This record gives sequence, structure tokens and C-alpha cells, in this order.
Amino acid sequence: MLKPIFTFLAASLLLVGTASAETVKLALIDPLTGPMAAAGQPAFEHLKYAAERINANGGLNGNKLEIVGLDNKVNPQESLVQLQKAIDDGIRYVTQGNGSSVASALISAIEKHNRRNPGEEVLYLNYAAVDPAFTNERCSFWHFRFDANADMKMNALTDYIADNKDIKKVYLINQDYSFGHAVSEAAREMLKEKRPDIEIVGNDFHPLAKVKDFTPYVSKIQSSGADAVITGNWGQDITLLVKAAAEFGLEAPFYTYYGASSGVVTQLGDEGVGRIYQINEYYGEFEDPEMAKRQTELYEQSGWDFYYLRLSTMLDMLKKATEKADSIDPVKVAKALEGMEMETTTGKVVMRAKDHQIQLPMFISVMQDDMKYGAEGTEYNFKKVARIDREDVSLPTTCRMRRPK
Amino acid sequence: MNDLTAVAPRQNRFSWRALSPWVISAAVLLLLPVVFADNGTAFTLMNLIAINIVFALSYNMLLGQGGMLSFGHAVFYGLGSYGAMHAMNAIDEASYVGEGFWSHVPVVSMPLVGMIVGGLVALVIGWPFCRRAGTAFAMITLGLGEMVAAAGQMFPSIFGGEAGIYGNRTVGPQWFGLDMAHATGVYWFMAFWTFLAVLAIWAFTRTPLGRMSNAVRDNPDRLQFIGYPPRNIRFMVFIASGAFGGLAGGMAAVNYEIITPEALGLIPSGTVLLMTAVGGLGVFYGPIVGAVVVSLMNSMLSDYTDASILYVGLIFLAIVMFAPRGLGGGLEQVRVAAKDGSLVNRLPGWLSGALAVILISLGLILIIELLFQLLHGDDATTQFFGLEFKAVSIISWIWSLILFGAGVAVMRVTRKLREDNA
Amino acid sequence: MLEIVIFSTLNGILYGLLLFMLSSGLTLIFSMMGVLNFAHASFYMLGAYFAYTMGMEIGFWPALLLAPILVGGLGALVEKFGLRRVHENGHVAELLFTFGLAYVIDELVQLIWGTVAVAYREPDYMREPLFTLFGTDYSIFRGVVILIAVLMFIALWFLLKKTRVGMMIRAALTHGNMVGHLGHNVPRLFMGVFGFGCALAGLAGVIGGPLLATEPGMAVTLGPIVFVVVVVGGMGSLIGAFYASLLIGLLQTFFVAIDASIADILNAFGMNVDPYGEVTGITLASLAPMTPFILLVLILIFRPRGLMGELEP
Repeated sequence: MLKPIFTFLAASLLLVGTASAETVKLALIDPLTGPMAAAGQPAFEHLKYAAERINANGGLNGNKLEIVGLDNKVNPQESLVQLQKAIDDGIRYVTQGNGSSVASALISAIEKHNRRNPGEEVLYLNYAAVDPAFTNERCSFWHFRFDANADMKMNALTDYIADNKDIKKVYLINQDYSFGHAVSEAAREMLKEKRPDIEIVGNDFHPLAKVKDFTPYVSKIQSSGADAVITGNWGQDITLLVKAAAEFGLEAPFYTYYGASSGVVTQLGDEGVGRIYQINEYYGEFEDPEMAKRQTELYEQSGWDFYYLRLSTMLDMLKKATEKADSIDPVKVAKALEGMEMETTTGKVVMRAKDHQIQLPMFISVMQDDMKYGAEGTEYNFKKVARIDREDVSLPTTCRMRRPK
Repeated sequence: MNDLTAVAPRQNRFSWRALSPWVISAAVLLLLPVVFADNGTAFTLMNLIAINIVFALSYNMLLGQGGMLSFGHAVFYGLGSYGAMHAMNAIDEASYVGEGFWSHVPVVSMPLVGMIVGGLVALVIGWPFCRRAGTAFAMITLGLGEMVAAAGQMFPSIFGGEAGIYGNRTVGPQWFGLDMAHATGVYWFMAFWTFLAVLAIWAFTRTPLGRMSNAVRDNPDRLQFIGYPPRNIRFMVFIASGAFGGLAGGMAAVNYEIITPEALGLIPSGTVLLMTAVGGLGVFYGPIVGAVVVSLMNSMLSDYTDASILYVGLIFLAIVMFAPRGLGGGLEQVRVAAKDGSLVNRLPGWLSGALAVILISLGLILIIELLFQLLHGDDATTQFFGLEFKAVSIISWIWSLILFGAGVAVMRVTRKLREDNA
Repeated sequence: MLEIVIFSTLNGILYGLLLFMLSSGLTLIFSMMGVLNFAHASFYMLGAYFAYTMGMEIGFWPALLLAPILVGGLGALVEKFGLRRVHENGHVAELLFTFGLAYVIDELVQLIWGTVAVAYREPDYMREPLFTLFGTDYSIFRGVVILIAVLMFIALWFLLKKTRVGMMIRAALTHGNMVGHLGHNVPRLFMGVFGFGCALAGLAGVIGGPLLATEPGMAVTLGPIVFVVVVVGGMGSLIGAFYASLLIGLLQTFFVAIDASIADILNAFGMNVDPYGEVTGITLASLAPMTPFILLVLILIFRPRGLMGELEP
């Protein structure tokens, strides 16, 4: 029974000793329990792992970084409760990635909070919510996106398809909600512009996470004679779709946004090999020894793969910004982040000041067998097929940002 | 006679004692902000609980009072919320221009908009649903819930797609100088509407229609014989319940300033059922207790354990199996005993029963936490009241079994004592 | 066009048969005990996970036999120690109990097998094509699934109509008290029926796991559809459930196959509406997964006793 008391005493002594250095808390508001936990848990483990490295290298301008996980069950309203909890806890940095609905709620709540509570501003670092609106018409000074948005990904993907002359017929299948529609629309517009000769032979929408049997969709794709399928599906919707396609011997490749999200490789196995392509900021070869080390360590530590290179990039940029601003005040850090450039393992990335959208090179990769570093403990992972330069991924923005004085 | 129970005998005479629960609750509502003066999270949680109290009470009008088990109650909550949010945006537009009907409407009245929307939706769709209670009603509301939730994703111009629609509660005319920029200001708004809604729902149980809804739950055939078609009564209860569900939605629109299609779906419909059943169907204030407990568990428990949803499920299951009257039913039993003076005799039995439940739960919690640790390979230890337990050490498991066993033993003794007394 | 019709029919029948395997257990339990088991799809999920875990040790075929037995045993225990206790509090309490049970089973599955899907797959040789038509493969496994479902239907029919146990069950359906008075142990019969119904769900899980996916969300998404089947078919009618399963399976697959929007249909009837409007632009394909629920609401409004049911629920 005495032990907790000792720990408490020791902790308070430690606090007195290092009063000049604070602990900077970064709250992750994502699903950590329940059916969607597989989406939030890997990010949580990534962040904790990356924070260790930051702290070993001097922390955020000499301050220790601590990751706090707050469970939102992917519910926007619950996210706001958790955001309030974070704010009351003195947390000034928030990160989130799963669900544009949650991101939308956080952006509008943080805007209002910062306007109503000057001096207590909160910064929102978005690592995966890809709705283009957040860095266009709804852009906010308090929001920074470290992932390419949906349109940028499509821009990169259609660049690749435009160079691939074998593709003549494309089939679009997406989830019936705002993101799926955005993917479909971007694909149609960009393909029309870059390769007017490509025929869109199908454009299907199916309800989100409701379809158990994708075989009828696959029959349709089969009979349309498509050379390629483009889909923004994620979660079970991508697994089941590709699984059904493999079973019916559909040869057309799937160009996906989230083909490497957790569980897909495990469930598809051989059926995914050579069939699933993914557009992402990284891939699964880890030829950089440092990245290979991170993959091995993270997998051993937590059982999750090093999938989110961007989370490391995000924390590295945050570290650089606190040093540049010589402060951990969110307003100063935000100003330091604007226009920041950084070298990563894949090349230079830039946080565009105009809309707070990161500009970065992207990669098309394809699922392969017998990889040196297998995903999810299997032999499979994603092998690089093409690199699309930062300039080619980039898109103009309509953002007219209101900055604090 | 300060009866709050749904089955209380009809009161004919005004009595000051009947007022006492209301005076006390009003005092509590006034005191809470003083107690939690500097705690923003407490305000956020209280606002959330206030919404859930109204939502759960509106649900209990169906399930507890009318005997209609619904799996689609969030439809009214969500649509009411959407209605209020659109109205709030209309206020924003109109006060910007400075003219038009909406420029005179204060945001404080948004729950009324939600109530009207909820009631209208129930009025439009309810008639064919109310033919039967029981399983048929449960199934048809399940289908309705699924359909409306899917429609929420399909029509972005009304529902805003995945991102939902958002608004600003600080626009339009202010009433009583209520500044709703902060959670504390919102608290007064919530306190006002919750008090009013609880009072109204309680009053509803005292109307002839409220009594009839009990009758239609207990014996619809007999009601038919004496000339009241059960379907009409169910329909009217359905509308009232939908209206109050919409009112809760209107409160939510003001509190969160955002509403997304998730609010229409099966998950909130399940949560409200959970809250109501945990609190107890038979006692008027049961759902209030349930709303407080389940909201707190939903928002706070996951900070301490990864198995939070499992605990909520287990508590629900335990209550359905061992305490069908819910937490509120338990409180009511204590209250009644205190009134008729049998409390002294029964208290030892209850206390040892409570001890048994606590011991068994502690043992179970420890087992679940250790299992979690073992299966997820965390080398972290399980923190338990400041003590640390490691799944790899056998001592942790022995401790959990000792706790569990002690609980079962106390339970046995208690039961035997009770039988001897009887 | 012909290929779409043929494959849609095949797929629809297959999906329908899977639904029937699930709903037959549910309808049996309902007709016997009056309990609409909300956790039925959770037992289906347990079947898949058990078969996955066992299959790694003993292979697919033994798991096909053992996993349902295990699930059935579990179901019998649930009936004996849980459901029987709440029975006296009425049907709503029973529904609430199974609702909570579904919650707990789903969470336990996540606790034990993790939140990510597991790699439960049919044996390699069953992935070979059974036949190839118009360039599309139809795997052996799909054939096996159809075979198992049909065999199960025949066995079930035989059990209920031709055996002594079946006679007792049918008697208890209509004259429960009389069967009790005649000296049969009705509670044990209930336990057996509940366990048997769960075992059928488990069998569906063993097959549905590799066919669809074995992941913690598999129960939540399929659960409501199974209810729809039972209600549409008519509460407690096995034949009704069979027809309703096939109807829903075929309806869903054909809706997907028909590439038309609401506007296309209206315009074909001479109306002139905007083909890209928000309502009129909705395609039948995107409505397909909603068809069961639309059907459910329509049936409950216009024909509450379902397709083949004798009683209203």
C-alpha cells in the first residue's frame, strides 16, 4: 500500500526539480474501443512510439511530449465531449484522423473555442481526415493537415493511370456518402481532362459498411469489361469487394485509397497479390534502414505495422516548429508551422502556408508476396510501383484564411 | 405523498409534500454550478447528461409507460436535432440581414423546434406502426431506424452528408442576458429545459392519456372492450414520445452545434434503450438515474480501461437478469422501506447483499483486466486502486478468485439470512 | 445480359441460402419459445471464430462439425442460466436480455480475437473453379455451400416431420401445456431447441466466415437482416423463412445488377424528371442493401403475418 505514496512523492520531487520544462500533451481523439478500434489503436501506438524518439532527442524545444488517448467511438458528438475534457486538462494540441464527420466537428468546435477563449487556443493536427473542404472553403488557421487530401490522392492516381496506356475502361465503385461521391467525382473530372479517351464503364455507389455480399457488383464489373477499378472504399468494404473479385477471377486491378489499412492483407492473402494498388505517402518495402528499424521495433512493441509515416513527419515538424518559435504556445507554433519545409525519407515535404495542407510526394504501390518486411505478420506487403513528385500531386486551393492578429 | 412512481394512485388533493421532489431538484440544479465552479469537464458532462435525461425519459414513455419496445427512437432525436440546427442557421442568416421571421427567434427556443419536428414526424409515420405492441412494434421500428439512418447518408442537402451540418448558438436575440458562448452559459439553458421537460413528462403520466397508456401496456384487450381502441392510445403516446425525443435533439443541437447522420442510427437507439433499462422502467425517475450512470460510463470509463463497452454490456445484462426493476427500482425500494419504517430490519440484509455484489464485481473486473493484459501482450501492469497486478504472476489471478469467491460466499450467507428472517 | 442474369441468380440463391441457414434457427427458437433472439447473429459470429481457431488445428471438415456443436452447447447454457431466469418477466425482458447478450458477445470476441479481422479461409483446393461461364469462375466452395444448405434444409424438414423429437417440438409449439402435462420435460426441450437453433447459426458461421469475412462487426451488420427474414417469412414459419431468404437474396442481387436510377424508371413511364436530381438520381443499386428494411416495413403494414405465417407477431 505504501508504494503509490512513494511514487507520488517521487513524482512531486521530480516536478520540483524540472519546473522549467513542461510536459506538452498531445491528445489523440480517435476510436480506441469498440468495433472501430482497429482504426484508432495503430495511430495511438505509432504516436507513442514516435514520441519516445522525440523525447530521446530533446523533446519539443526541451519539453517532454506526452500522448493522451481519448476514445470518441467515431461519434462527432462524443468527440466534442472528449475535446472539452482535453481542454480542461490543459491540453493545447489535438490530433485526429478517422472520419471526416469527426474532423468537421472538431474544426468548427476549435474555431469557436479559440474565438471565445483568447489565450487558451487549441491547435488541431489532422493526420488522416481527407475531405478536401477542410483546406479549401472550410480552411481554418487552427487546422493543419499532414495527409494528402482526397483530391490530391486522385490527382496522383490519375497521373499514373494517364501514363498507363493499357487502361481504356475504368469502373468506379464507392461508398454512398460524401467521401465516396467526392472520390467518384474527382476521378471522372480528372480522367476526362488527362485521358479523354478513357471510358468510364460504371459508377456504382453502395451504402457504407452495409454490404456483405459484393458478388453482384463484381459480376457487373466483369461484364463491363473494365481494365481497372478505382475505389475509395475502406474497412470491410474494400476487403469484401476485392475478395469477391478474386473469387470470380476478375483480372482488373483495384486502385484504392485504403488498400493497406489494417486487416485487409490478412484476410486477402494470395487473392490480393498483384490485384490491389494503393496510393499513399509511403509503401511497404522499407529500403531506408531507419524506417526498417522503426517497422521492426513498432511491430515487436505493439503488434502494429509502421503504416503512418505521416505521424512521424507530423511530430518531427511539430518539434521543428517549437524550436523555431522557441515556444510551445500553439499560436506561435502554428505560425512557425506555416510554410515549414522538411526532408523526410521520401523527399521534401512542405506545409503550405496558404491553406495548411501538406505538400508531399506520393507513391503507387501494389500488394506482393515474399516481401522482406511483411505486413500484419504475413509475407505480404506493398511494393513501390511509381513515385509522383510533390509538384505533380499539388493542387490549387480556394482557401481564404482568417489569421489571428 | 411524494410519489413519483408511474403506478402511483391518483392524487386528488393538492399537497405541499408532492412538491418537495421538485423543489429539491430545482435546488440541486441551482447548486451544481457552484459545486463545480472551475471544472469545465463537469459542465460538459452535465450538459450531456441533461440531454440524455430527457431522451431517456421520452423513451420510457414508450417502453415503460406504454409497453412499446422501440429500436428506432433516435430517429426522433436526430430529426429534431436536424430541425433545430436548420432553424439555428436560419436565425444566423436572418439576423445577419436583420429582418425576417427568424431574426426575432432566440436560440433558447430551439428545443421547441426540435419538439415540433419530432412530434410531426411521429404523427406522419406513426399510425401504421401502432397497430400492435410487442415484437411487431420492435421490428418495425428497427426497420424504420435502419431506413432513416441510410437516408441520412443519401440526401446531403438536408443532412449534410458525412460531415453533417453545424451552426452557431451565439447568434440571434438573447433572452435574459444568457450568454451561451461557454459551457457554463449552456448549463442554465440545459437546466431550464431539462426541468421543464421532466415536469411535463411527469405531468403527462398523470393525465388520463398517461393512465391509459399504462392500461394499454397491461391489458390492451380489456381496454378495447371498454371502448378505447388501443391503437389510438398507442399512436398518441408515440407522438408525445417522439415530440420529447425531438426536444432532447433540439437541446443537443444547441449543445454540440453540430449534427451528423450518426445521430439517427442504431447506436444511439441502442444507447437510449440501455440507459432506460439500466435505470429501471417501472419508476418515473429510473431513466434519469440510468441516463446519469450510462452517460458517465460512456464518456469517462474508456480513460481507465479498454474494456469499457464490455462493462456497460455486463452491467446491463446483470440488471436484466437479477434486478429487472433497475437501479431506480432499487432506490425506490429503499425509499419505501424508509417510509414504512422497515428500513432498520432490512438494511443489514441489503448492505451485505451490496457487499457481495461489490466483491463479485471487483473479482470480475480484475479477471477481465488481467485477461485483456494477457491477450494484448501489454507489458504494462493493471492498476487497481493504486495496487499493481501483473497478468503473468499467479498471485494476481489468486487475488481475483479470492475476491470473486468471497463475494459469492457473502451472497450465500445473505440469502440464507433472508430466508431465515422470512 | 444473359451472364448477368445467370450469375445474379446464382449469387442471389447462395446469399439467400446463407440467410436461411441463419434464420431457420431463429425462427425455430421463436416459434417454440416466443423469444426473438437478438444475439442470434452473435452465435453465427462465434461459429465462424470457433471454426477459425479449431480449423488451424484439426482442419476445415472436422471444424465444420465441431464448431456448431460447441456453439449449440454454449447456447444451451445461455438458455439454462440466463434466459430461463428472465422468462418470468415477460417477452420484453427476454428481448432485452438477448440484446445485452449480443453486446457482451461482440465485445468478448474483440477481447479474445482482436479488433482486426482474422484470416479464416476455405481450404485451398476449394478455391478452384467448379465451372467457368462467360469468363467468370464459380468456385467449388460456393457449390459446397449450396450443397450444405440444401442438405441442412432437408435434414431439418426430416427431423421436424418424421422423428419423435420433431413431433414433440411441433406439439409443444401449439399445445405447450399439454406436452408438459403428458410428462415431457418442457424446460429441457426449450433448452435443447435453443441450443439447436444456436448450433444452426454456428453452422452458418462456419460457412459464412470464409465466404464473407470473419471480423468483429460481422454480427452487427447481418443481425437486423435475419430479423427481417423471419418477420417477412412469417413468425415461426420455416417454409416462410426459406422463401423470404431467397426473396431477399435475389432482390438484393438483382437490384444491384439493374443499372437504373429512379429518374430512368419514371422517365420510361413518360414522366419528365431530372435524371441527376438528389432524389431522382438515386440508383436502384445504391438502394439494394436497403431493400430488406423497405420490405420489412411494407410487410408489417400491409400483411403483418408475413408471407406464410399463421399468427401475427
